[in-house]
Amino acid sequence: MSLFEDYHPLKGKMFQILKPDGTLHPGQTPPISDQEVLTLYQKMVFIRLADQRALMLQRQGRLGTYAPIWGQEACQVGSTVVLQKEDWIFPAFREIGAALMMGISLKNFMLYWMGNEIGSRAPDGINVMPVSIPVGTHPLHAVGTAWAAKLKGDKIVTLTYFGDGATSKGDFHEAMNFAGVYKTPTIFFCQNNQYAISVPRSLQTASKTIAQKAIAYGFDGIQVDGNDLFAVFVATKEAVEKARAGGGPTLIEGVTFRFGPHTTADDPTKYRTEKEIEPWKPLDPLARLKLYLSSKGLWREEVEQRITEEAQKEIDQAIKDAEAVPPPAPDEMFTSVFAEMTPQLKEQLEYLKSTLA
Amino acid sequence: MAKLNMVEAINLALREEMERDDRMVILGEDVGREGGVFRVTDGLQEKYGVDRVIDTPLAESGIVGTALGMAVYGVHPVAEIQFEGFLYPCLDQINNHIGRIRNRSRGRFSCPLVIRVPYGGGIHAPEHHSDSPEAILAHIPGIKVVIPSTPYEAKGLLLSSIRDPDPVIFLEPKRIYRAIREEVPEGDYTIPLGHARLVQEGKDVTVVVWGAMVREVLNASEQLKGDKIDVEIIDLRTISPMDTEMIITSIKKTGRGVIVHEAPKTCGLGAEIIALINEKALLSLQAPVERVTGFDVPVPLLKSEHYYLPNPKRIVMAVKKVMSF
Repeated sequence: MSLFEDYHPLKGKMFQILKPDGTLHPGQTPPISDQEVLTLYQKMVFIRLADQRALMLQRQGRLGTYAPIWGQEACQVGSTVVLQKEDWIFPAFREIGAALMMGISLKNFMLYWMGNEIGSRAPDGINVMPVSIPVGTHPLHAVGTAWAAKLKGDKIVTLTYFGDGATSKGDFHEAMNFAGVYKTPTIFFCQNNQYAISVPRSLQTASKTIAQKAIAYGFDGIQVDGNDLFAVFVATKEAVEKARAGGGPTLIEGVTFRFGPHTTADDPTKYRTEKEIEPWKPLDPLARLKLYLSSKGLWREEVEQRITEEAQKEIDQAIKDAEAVPPPAPDEMFTSVFAEMTPQLKEQLEYLKSTLA
Repeated sequence: MAKLNMVEAINLALREEMERDDRMVILGEDVGREGGVFRVTDGLQEKYGVDRVIDTPLAESGIVGTALGMAVYGVHPVAEIQFEGFLYPCLDQINNHIGRIRNRSRGRFSCPLVIRVPYGGGIHAPEHHSDSPEAILAHIPGIKVVIPSTPYEAKGLLLSSIRDPDPVIFLEPKRIYRAIREEVPEGDYTIPLGHARLVQEGKDVTVVVWGAMVREVLNASEQLKGDKIDVEIIDLRTISPMDTEMIITSIKKTGRGVIVHEAPKTCGLGAEIIALINEKALLSLQAPVERVTGFDVPVPLLKSEHYYLPNPKRIVMAVKKVMSF
């Protein structure tokens, strides 16, 4: 039986390989070598520390409002690592992990959240779309790009991230529907982190799982433990290979938890208690990898220290580089709206400049 | 040379561009097998296949949102929204992404797509099939808005729109889809965006107009000859970015202006044009600029439609008003 048949959402089984105690389910094997696990663990530590630093910078007034990833690292690392360079990702606004994994520099990532659009100018060849804020509106883009690639005969896949909240949006429905009809090579990755700001998952939809919504659109859905790097890896890999071979779209629901606030402008103590958060702490994606790597003799306190120090140094440098970039000139507000500035934009820029002289 | 109506001219433009540009794709509801509810895409799926002329599910936001994804990948989508009344679900995608993706990514990603939409009243249609949303669209940064007024214009403007590197909303005045027949050349020609058309020269008053109303203004202008009033008519062609220069040059010459649009009065483009005249040619004016517009009401059903739409009588009254100020 294929993975998607075995874990058909209506069977009520969540796909998990690595348990919170760092051991594998009987009969399961790790999908990657222990060295690769260590490498990915290192990346996840980096992402978590960079994310924390962004929070800190915002509190210091050096970064604008920021949406932290804290807790969802396995969802993003496990799913991007299986993509190829030609593939595209269509993030929402919480995807520091996915962006960095795909090759966006931390410097550029920070530049965007510091309020300079230049940070969203992904380098040529790195197919990472900018942050999309209107919830649930960007999966349509992922479908369109996949569709275009399919029409052209290009064997790429697109992967789009969104939360449990987004699955209530009309555009999500339209995107899933188009993907099903045209069998586009699109991976819909829902990071079900249990909250849409303050609204809990239980109020978002009466569906027992988000994964089962795929059935209605005629394609596979699978619910995975989003905090299990191995399960995310395997499920995404299967979905990507299926899509690349012409098998159409898949919806992956990664069950995870948003440890942090919705954004730095949010105070979660208003709507959730420590008691609600406690049960999720042992399920932390980094914690279980630590346990796994320990059991393989690859993790010790010294390893953690080294990884942390290296990460902090790199983060320091990225922030230094980002803050060294001069603030944008007034022209930049006008010069990228169209391929060529219209007479109106030219005139308005001249006016603005005259007020700054 | 063949004499074509606007539907046929647009069909010809689409056919020729599909031939010339193999990255072009047409998508929308009923555009493929049926050839479009107005027959604008008639015969195209037969010629270019189901992969290039695509019947989509009934989902306007889905149509333009996926078109954005295609455009970002290098395809040239020409999406159809069946009637302007159904454009509104698309405004999220249009305002929040289509008009912004180039700016947001500082040019790394761009959106060379066209959204074609039949618009405007005068066909005794059901509710929501007679609106004019051009002012709403013109207010959105990052998109262009084009409105042809004749078959010849339609082909030339549509080809420019499809080839434009930025998103264009191409509003087709359905009232005159079949009303005008004129010579439309086969083969490539374009009419540039951002440039208005001087329909006729005149020394007494400037009338700025677009779409189906051009014909009403021409009608009014004939009547005004009897009153020895010489009307200069400017057909905007591109609503955004507007050809301000031609309007101002004309106002400086005539000193009097009338703007005609079907769209509701308040915050219609008439207001914008008067603001521009105020900025650039106030002292040339001999009279306040008049607007002949629809009303701030939903476009009524057919029994009252003749009350709503600007007509030659109202246009003549407005011209005479500015002439006798």
